[in-house]
Amino acid sequence: MRHIISILMENEPGALSRVVGLFSQRNFNIETLNVAPTEDETLSRLTVTTNGDDRIIEQITKHLNKLIDVVKLVDLTEGAHIERELMLVKVKALGSARDEVKRTVDIFRAQIVDVTPSVYTVQITGDAQKLDAFLQAMGPVGVLEVARTGVAGIARGEKLLSIQT
Amino acid sequence: MELLSGADMIARFLKDEGVEYIYGYPGGAALHIYDALFRQEEVKHILVRHEQAATHMADGYARASGRPGVVLVTSGPGATNAVTGIATAYMDSIPMVVICGQVASHLIGEDAFQETDIVGVTRPIVKHSFSIRHPSEIPEVMRKAFYLAATGRPGPVVIDIPKDMTAPTERYEYVYPKKAKIRSYNPVTRGHTGQIRKAVDMLLKAQRPVLFAGGGVITGRASEALTDLARRLDIPVITSLMGIGAYPQNDRQSLGWPGMHGSYESNMAMHESDLVVGIGVRFDDRVTNNVSKFCPGARIVHIDVDPSSISKTVRADVPIVGAADSVLNEMLGMLSEREQENREALDEWWRRIDGWRGERQGKLYEPAAPGEPLKPQQVIEAVHRATNGDAYVVTDVGQHQMFAAQYYKFNRPNHWISSSGLGTMGYGFPAAMGIKLSYPEEQVVLFTGEGSFQMMMQELSTCKQFGIAVKIINLNNASLGMVRQWQDLNYKSRHAHSYVESMPDFEKLLAAYGFRAITVSNEEDLPAALDATFRSKDELVFLDVHVDPYEHVYPMQVPQGAMRDMLLSKTERT
Ligand SMILES: Cc1ncc(C[n+]2csc(CCOP(=O)(O)OP(=O)(O)O)c2C)c(N)n1
Ligand SMILES: [Mg+2]
Repeated sequence: MRHIISILMENEPGALSRVVGLFSQRNFNIETLNVAPTEDETLSRLTVTTNGDDRIIEQITKHLNKLIDVVKLVDLTEGAHIERELMLVKVKALGSARDEVKRTVDIFRAQIVDVTPSVYTVQITGDAQKLDAFLQAMGPVGVLEVARTGVAGIARGEKLLSIQT
Repeated sequence: MELLSGADMIARFLKDEGVEYIYGYPGGAALHIYDALFRQEEVKHILVRHEQAATHMADGYARASGRPGVVLVTSGPGATNAVTGIATAYMDSIPMVVICGQVASHLIGEDAFQETDIVGVTRPIVKHSFSIRHPSEIPEVMRKAFYLAATGRPGPVVIDIPKDMTAPTERYEYVYPKKAKIRSYNPVTRGHTGQIRKAVDMLLKAQRPVLFAGGGVITGRASEALTDLARRLDIPVITSLMGIGAYPQNDRQSLGWPGMHGSYESNMAMHESDLVVGIGVRFDDRVTNNVSKFCPGARIVHIDVDPSSISKTVRADVPIVGAADSVLNEMLGMLSEREQENREALDEWWRRIDGWRGERQGKLYEPAAPGEPLKPQQVIEAVHRATNGDAYVVTDVGQHQMFAAQYYKFNRPNHWISSSGLGTMGYGFPAAMGIKLSYPEEQVVLFTGEGSFQMMMQELSTCKQFGIAVKIINLNNASLGMVRQWQDLNYKSRHAHSYVESMPDFEKLLAAYGFRAITVSNEEDLPAALDATFRSKDELVFLDVHVDPYEHVYPMQVPQGAMRDMLLSKTERT
């Protein structure tokens, strides 16, 4: 099963490589990875989506927790959560395809953020499935380049991933 | 307030931390630190002849004393030479602090002379690592390194120190930090009481229970609690290879150690048990054999300080995250309120166990007949007698290691010293040196093989310089015996490179360093040779014992089988 694990880790050089290294060292898989600073400058938040049965996910979270740089983590898929990913994608936009692309962009509530005579650059956010669906819809037209951020996630409601709680 | 250079802070910190010896080898990036060590007397530096030996010395000391061993090496090749020893310590959860010089900060990343990203290289084999970015950080980082190395599940910690951080011209305030605070690191001590109660319940009811104790019982200083618990309940005790000595082996309740070359009775008992209580063990593949056939009728209680160790290979029915000592003592406390309900079942269980013991009694090996080459097993038994079973016993890796584990009997923790998880040939000699240096009044015996010894024999020179009087028993079978055994069993005796051709003349080799070697090749000469070897505690003696090159280690579990599937000799199997 697919899991989304969010990690608060020390904002220190080397911390990221320890987390990523753990995955390859222990033969765990990484589907997406997203990392950025948080409101607390001593911490960064890393979100990883991974696949595995319960035993493997248990091992992943235990080994992550064991890393000294990892302060706290949560498996978001254990509860209600919001999952978002941002994608920038360049698609061919020539002739009749130009309108076709524009319509699809509207259907997906995406935005065209840059334009040339032959190319649209589209920005789209949503969960990973929505982004996949958009790419599929664009398939026949011609996807030229894709940049995805990887999944970011947060729990629904009042549950926090924070060192205060 | 005291102002010290980074280098002086390191020396001073080591003194304040109570470190007596550090093991190391100098080089450019570490020279400021070496100069600081030169200008003080409290911390003694032992110059090895290869950095790997420094790590093994630190490791041996750590296993015997329970305190972190400390290593100092230079950047680049100095640090990479230490890698094998760091990996060895990591696999066996041994506390160690490795200080590595590094090229100056402004050169990092430029492929400078002797630059290696040692933090990167060692990342998967350390508990944690630090890079110093400002000299003023040194005391705090070192305090954290020692704290991390020694607490929770211990392990090696690397500190990478760019040369400019130790420059004599820059001085900063030094205070020995009383406490290390790491917000993300709070090793558990107490286990969950509800879970512990469940485990006690199971122990009081089980029909065929075994206690299975590992290295965690030794590092966690829980031998006494384990012994108490086992005796109160009359339950058999099996220790892992790392746990040897956690429970007295001369006791009736000790079944020895299990696994690939474990005792017949421990493998049989574990396989047939209905409850395995693992304490500070990690159920590794050399113990379980085929995990899917492991202990088919047993429920598993697993006590460990490291949650990631629990249910990693064998699913635990009752996981207990906690320190061995605390959990075992809590169990003992609960016993007084409870009735033991399995006394009769245990009598029956012991009858079966004694049956297994009886079946193998006296049939483990055939001692040499007059005129035949000595058996390695009988040499170990003779050394056991000659040292009253009281020595620190260190091994290298191979057949001799397994024989030593089988035939030397240990009644105390911290006296069996062997690279179990990584199986590092070359480990033994320096590890023995590290112990002898700190315990000069004790006999420290190394069982090695001519293959393993030649991986670290340059350390004879270190022994000469510092007067380190270890006793080296070279079980010389003129071959890489363990490899050869596998080739006998799995490759129709095609001995691809398992011979050691052009064997050195060990007497001359030792003489070159000013030491005595004694060669023995038959039983009649063995007692006198042992006598000469152990007469004094202050002389390094190398006993070169020519043993039967065709001997195999048995029992040996059948690959992919259950624990009870064993070859018992060249002709018998279970
Ligand atoms: C550094 C290293 N290289 C290779 C091995 C694989 N290996 C395991 S046992 C062994 C043979 C050891 O020979 P020796 O030290 O003579 O011991 P014996 O088995 O003959 O008693 C080898 C090569 C190892 N464990 N460590
Ligand atoms: Mg040999």
